Amino acid sequence: METRVIGKSVPRKEGREKVTGSARYVDDLSFPGMLYGVTVRSPAARGKIRAIHFADDIPWHELIVVTARDIPGKNCIALLIEDQPCLAAEFVNHPEEPVVLLAHHDRYLLEEARRAVRIEIEPLPAVFSIEDSLARKEIIWGQDNIFKSFYVEKGDVECAWAGAALVVEGSYETGAQEQLYIEPQGMIAQVSEAEGVTVWGSLQCPHYVHKALMILFGLPRERIRVVQTETGGGFGGKEEYPSMIAAHASLLARKSGRPVKIIYDRAEDMVATTKRHPSRTRHRTAVTRDGKLLAMDIDFTVDGGAYETLSPVVLSRGTIHAAGPYACANVRICSRAVATNAPPHGAFRGFGAPQTVFALERHLDRVAEAVGIAPEELRRRNFIREGQTLAVGQVVKEKVDMNGLMERAFELSGYYAKRKKFAAENSAARGTIHKGIGFASFLHGAGFTGSGEEYLASEVAMEAKADGTVHILAGSTEMGQGTNTIFAQIAAEALRLDCEQIRIVQPDTAYVPNSGPTVASRTAMIVGKLVETAAVRLLATLHDSGFLHDGYSAGDFTRACSSYVSRHGALKSFVKYEHPHDLHWDDQKYSGDAYGAYAWAVYVAEVSVDTRTAEVRVENFVAVQEVGKVINPVLAAGQIEGGVAQGIGFALYENVVWQEGRMVNAQMTNYVMPTSVDLPVIRVYFEEIPYGRGPAGAKGIGELPLDGTAPAIANAIAFATGVDVRQIPITAETLLEMMESAHA
Amino acid sequence: MPEGARKIRVSCIVNGAAVTCEAYPMARLLDVLREELKLTGTKEGCGEGECGACAIEMDGALVNSCLVPALQAEGAKIRTIEGVACGGALHAVQQAFVAYGGAQCGICTPGMIMAAVNLLARYPQPNDAQIRAGLSGNLCRCTGYMKIFESVVAAVRDAETRA
Repeated sequence: METRVIGKSVPRKEGREKVTGSARYVDDLSFPGMLYGVTVRSPAARGKIRAIHFADDIPWHELIVVTARDIPGKNCIALLIEDQPCLAAEFVNHPEEPVVLLAHHDRYLLEEARRAVRIEIEPLPAVFSIEDSLARKEIIWGQDNIFKSFYVEKGDVECAWAGAALVVEGSYETGAQEQLYIEPQGMIAQVSEAEGVTVWGSLQCPHYVHKALMILFGLPRERIRVVQTETGGGFGGKEEYPSMIAAHASLLARKSGRPVKIIYDRAEDMVATTKRHPSRTRHRTAVTRDGKLLAMDIDFTVDGGAYETLSPVVLSRGTIHAAGPYACANVRICSRAVATNAPPHGAFRGFGAPQTVFALERHLDRVAEAVGIAPEELRRRNFIREGQTLAVGQVVKEKVDMNGLMERAFELSGYYAKRKKFAAENSAARGTIHKGIGFASFLHGAGFTGSGEEYLASEVAMEAKADGTVHILAGSTEMGQGTNTIFAQIAAEALRLDCEQIRIVQPDTAYVPNSGPTVASRTAMIVGKLVETAAVRLLATLHDSGFLHDGYSAGDFTRACSSYVSRHGALKSFVKYEHPHDLHWDDQKYSGDAYGAYAWAVYVAEVSVDTRTAEVRVENFVAVQEVGKVINPVLAAGQIEGGVAQGIGFALYENVVWQEGRMVNAQMTNYVMPTSVDLPVIRVYFEEIPYGRGPAGAKGIGELPLDGTAPAIANAIAFATGVDVRQIPITAETLLEMMESAHA
Repeated sequence: MPEGARKIRVSCIVNGAAVTCEAYPMARLLDVLREELKLTGTKEGCGEGECGACAIEMDGALVNSCLVPALQAEGAKIRTIEGVACGGALHAVQQAFVAYGGAQCGICTPGMIMAAVNLLARYPQPNDAQIRAGLSGNLCRCTGYMKIFESVVAAVRDAETRA
């Protein structure tokens, strides 16, 4: 298909503002009479609040003080359920849980005041690990500490063990990971009788915040307004937590009658907001003598922290991705999200899948070793093909060629030659540098799972103005990933205009329809399709009105819009998501068409390990993926490169150190993310098989790179060192310990 | 501010213009720029000199403005992101960041561009290692740095083509 704008690296829509420093982020905004707000947090992991003490040396009458008693509606941050309080009233369930809010115009005094509040807590026994939670050492949530569990069954796993040549078992763990967007979280709120509640802030999902505030204030829809300011990165970290900060700023604004700004500093952001769920995955795999998978028995547990938040959904995606892009007749996946007394873990790019994909891809290398074949040979013998069925019972209807992707990745990375060369060099063992090369093959589903998109029922509006500009109205947010630019490209393509003629309306719940949250690799594929459809309908209206004819120019389009608007008042189109009739999902059995489409990928990592210091460097990285039609090659490659970099951090550097449920290394100094000197050249390649239901054939890609990076690196390290890597992050300290015990 | 702290007058040149403002001696230059001078292009990412989002040029050197006390700015020649473009014309580095995907969420971008501009002043033809080292004090969570390196290389190349 010949395209004009799609497939072109159109420059970022808001690029000029970003490179000149004129883009306005929440902390760049200031309102007359504005106060600053801070949060006083629980010093304990779990306990009963006995008293709140305010020290004498602070002029408290000058400060606005808010506690749970000041909440006009329901004391909760409404998400899937309403178990998380906005401010702890009687009990605290994790360290750093918000208890008291303070506001004042002088930030220095405010900080002194924050330190002068002492929350007296009668401690209760707490739970800090998956094991203790599962053992019900204490019941800290519900009846059994379980937020959610899933059971997926395909075929009959129990019948397969007896006929297996080999059964390989293994347990794998992944750590928490901080999203570490460079713009810390923040909100400004204004509350008045006349206007209701308005918040401006750094966020991914304006309508999540909107819902939470409606319930907190007991106000109807039209009395709450949420506006997204320029957002300096999200990666999932600004999916659910912004509702909390918006709630706090709004309560202070209500009590003070003044605008209130809350900006977290880095330490508060790291210690109090969500992180990637720590996980444990156990595999038991039956395999034939020649490496055919007979049965996969998978047990997956995530640590959800103290409240449910999004854990059921994270668990769901992790569960569905746990058996990978393989055809296996017998699969059983048992999974659960458990409560611990840590701050709730939450959304982070990949959303459960990076955890299970790490376990599976590391495990399959071990299975191959047990069988005595190369890891690629094991994959080759089990890759899923068109017409075969995934673990959740979804028949793959897309064209898929995992073997082709793998061979291309191997060719581009020089995999076969390097594997041979490194093996020889490592065994000769001159010097301390050992080299390794490893890979991971995986898939990632785009959009909400199962019937999720049907429930969301997303909406997009489009309006053509008399001057010929076309405005896109959606709740989907730009946070760096390129929403503004690709929406403009999709609309421009459908309308046969240039991107400059397309405007993106700032997400503001007072004006834009709810196009669903900006998460789950759904914005390009699902919302982008709605944008495309809205454009097609707009065009049809102009054609039907007789103002526009085939072969029109941009000038003709503008004149047609002008004529239409002067005759009819406005030219708008409105589109609502319609779920394809041939996608079926059974929420009870947890089976069916989990996703409309998958991205498919093979990533190859080359590492060097200094066996004396256990320092690992990623020397080369090749990422090959099939993602449907690429809308903007520069933006798409940027998504993959950035995701791989986060995956390298997840694999090697990013270690959250916990002490009784609290992150104790909440600084960029001691929580280490990759810098420009730590990363290899990341080479990105796309295969494009247009997806019929995506805009111009596009599928989702945002989360994909987080899935395969860490296991590719872990497999390369195992190859280089002979150490059976079972958990990430693989810091120098942990690797040194593993190497020493392997040689002991 | 601690009791007894008195504001002082600080005079310096910011983006070519002489300015004088009142600030506590130990106030962060970052806050003086953002709040007193309303130059909000300089960003705060960590407040402890790790991320480089607040990078500016001070007497030609790249510094993290979150670590510079206001009193140290007395008499200094300061350039912030607002002083990089010339009138309406973007600097070659800014143009390249837009064209080659060097900016995603944009929050590290002002500091990153300051670091790149400073690098090119020191090394007009930087090699790969010099680019990596020159930008290593500026963290970016979006790009994985690849498109930033490409942007810097392109800025050098495009500036040459124009010359």
